[in-house]
Amino acid sequence: MAVTRETAAAVRDVEQYKYGFVTDIESDKAPKGLSEDIIRFISAKKNEPEWMLEWRLKAYNYWLTLADEEPTWAKLHFPKIDYQASYYYAAPKREKLASLDEVDPKLLETYKKLGIPLLEQQMLAGVAVDAVFDSVSVATTYKKKLEEMGVIFMPISEALHKHPELVKKYLGSVVPYSDNFYATLNCAVFTDGSFVYIPKGLRCPMELSTYFRINEKNTGQFERTLIIADEGSYVSYLEGCTAPQRDENQLHAAVVELIALDDAEIKYSTVQNWYPGDADGKGGIFNFVTKRGACRGKNSKIMWTQVETGSAITWKYPSCILQGDNSVGEFYSVAITNNRQQADTGTKMIHLGKGTRSKIISKGISAGRAENTYRGLVRIGAKADKARNYTQCDSLLIGDKCGAHTVPYIESRNPTAQTEHEAATSKISDDQLFYCLQRGMTQEEAVSLIVNGFCKEVLQTLPMEFAVEAQKLVGISLEGSVG
Amino acid sequence: MALLEIKNLHASVAGKEILKGITLALEPGEVHAIMGPNGTGKSTLSNVIAGREGYEVTKGEVYLDGKDVLDMAADERARAGIFLAFQYPVEIPGVTTSAFLKTALNAKRRAAGQPEIDAMDFLKLVKAKTAVLGMPYDMIKRPLNVGFSGGEKKRAEVLQMTMLEPRVAILDETDSGLDIDALKVVSEGVNSLRSPERAFLVITHYQRLLDYIVPDHVHVLANGRIAASGGKELALELEAEGYAKYLNTAA
Ligand SMILES: Nc1ncnc2c1ncn2[C@@H]1O[C@H](COP(=O)(O)OP(=O)(O)O)[C@@H](O)[C@H]1O
Ligand SMILES: [Mg+2]
Repeated sequence: MAVTRETAAAVRDVEQYKYGFVTDIESDKAPKGLSEDIIRFISAKKNEPEWMLEWRLKAYNYWLTLADEEPTWAKLHFPKIDYQASYYYAAPKREKLASLDEVDPKLLETYKKLGIPLLEQQMLAGVAVDAVFDSVSVATTYKKKLEEMGVIFMPISEALHKHPELVKKYLGSVVPYSDNFYATLNCAVFTDGSFVYIPKGLRCPMELSTYFRINEKNTGQFERTLIIADEGSYVSYLEGCTAPQRDENQLHAAVVELIALDDAEIKYSTVQNWYPGDADGKGGIFNFVTKRGACRGKNSKIMWTQVETGSAITWKYPSCILQGDNSVGEFYSVAITNNRQQADTGTKMIHLGKGTRSKIISKGISAGRAENTYRGLVRIGAKADKARNYTQCDSLLIGDKCGAHTVPYIESRNPTAQTEHEAATSKISDDQLFYCLQRGMTQEEAVSLIVNGFCKEVLQTLPMEFAVEAQKLVGISLEGSVG
Repeated sequence: MALLEIKNLHASVAGKEILKGITLALEPGEVHAIMGPNGTGKSTLSNVIAGREGYEVTKGEVYLDGKDVLDMAADERARAGIFLAFQYPVEIPGVTTSAFLKTALNAKRRAAGQPEIDAMDFLKLVKAKTAVLGMPYDMIKRPLNVGFSGGEKKRAEVLQMTMLEPRVAILDETDSGLDIDALKVVSEGVNSLRSPERAFLVITHYQRLLDYIVPDHVHVLANGRIAASGGKELALELEAEGYAKYLNTAA
């Protein structure tokens, strides 16, 4: 898929970060800082059942023991985060809403600016959207239509009340509360996120999508997404994210858990465009995210696609646990870092079942003074007879002050398994640039075209509706990187 | 006024003077051929006109329709109507020929204040142009120049030229590596574009091409200068006698 004229125009017209505005809206905030009281406050705000509060407190107390165990193994450099300086709960002020029509017009306006229409008459055809503003889900489109099919798509805070048995059964079953520093923090303080359940045998005909927006100053965003695809079902899910332009760093520590039962398939796509900070590395989001899917059932499949263009720092390894025999995990990634951005991203493919297969396609693009690391683990357990993995990691460098690194780990405990790894590093050559310029393209168009070509294999796995958007983003995020 | 006017052009590469005073005027509708031994500066001349970086113009001027070309960036020159068919076309992995063509065409249309080309119109246009060049239509679905044979690359260059309809087209050894059938096809593509508003600068090593693209003027480039100019008969003479005489006199 190629860069269209429209894309080219967008690349020219749009400023470096067009989502950098702030919405002036009244909000309800918990006091600054983190304590048991704050967690009780969040839980009470959400009217949560007792077991949920207990789970949060268990996570919180465990997190306290990890105080000195913030991960340091990634190739990332950032000042120590003061976890007491942040707000852990911020919600747009409002009463409970009966319908979308009651959503604060300012919020609707915000999402419209972001290109996410929430009102019935403007909805994206074939895409149901859940919009999360700071800590709270503000609107979900196509609710009724989905309900009729038996699809549950609602804020996780609502699912806790309406489908407690499902939430209780699966929450924390893929990413346990003790998983890692950031995930543990998320368990303690998460405020909202999306919940999805696809019933047996249903091929969900609509893309489900969540749109995250951090608006408040000094707030962290800790959302939690849980998706369950029951036997023989299929769902394609997409998340997008943006944040205002601010001088301070803001923390985003989300957790996503996917569960695919027998013969089920989940396709999870992310277009991550959090504010990256300015050209000198001031401000931007710290994106410390734990995403993991469990292929519990036989012949199940989980496919991650991520286009990571934003954030000052990205620390993220969407992974697959291939438990079911003949289950399949795939990871397609484009990570673009420009200016002072840093990304340490990759995947883990854990092969447990027989005949499990995984595929990793990673495209890292680094420009300016950015650092971009692919870090991946392929682990093949003793029982994973005839497991297969194919990994391809390509890096593209623009300029000579940026870095690209590839850190692949392969551990195999089964001699019948086969793994294959390919890696290549290239540059946009002067010849390629001149060739494009000679055909009348601007520098920006040329870079966008060449980089889109480099990422094509990944971008073409995105749902159609978002592929064009992602192509534009690729161009925009590299503006000013050449010449 | 000449369409393309080159006046006393001097240019150096890596501190070494390659072009030592080239003067040429291409009137609208004309085809000029430049011939000369290897390493004499033919590609340098085309690159300097097209605005490639790494070439230092130390003296002289170039005008397109009276506008100062040396003052423009490479992409501006292209949008103003200068097209270079590369001696060594460049691979663009992952970018289909069709996507590349569309981006280039729309860049030109934008500069002319025209709207983006409609997707259907674009496909029709490509279909028509590939047919003229005897190219399989499917070729436009392949990444540009990636895995193309020498002949395919040259055809893809000519396809781009016919799509972009430049004011001045420079063909840098577009005939090299072509068999006789491909040569005919490429020449037909060029001839179909000949018009009173357009001029061509055809760089070649062999007079064979000039049987198909009949030039109005032939120039011999030797030691960084135009050593001789004449009509089509000059090409035949060069073929028979070689460049030795010009190398000696120019030295
Ligand atoms: N980028 C470059 N760096 C150094 N020398 C160059 C470069 N490009 C061309 N030259 C030199 O300039 C001279 C002319 O080259 P060129 O214009 O390619 O000749 P032609 O096209 O007539 O064969 C040669 O001596 C060549 O080695
Ligand atoms: Mg040459």
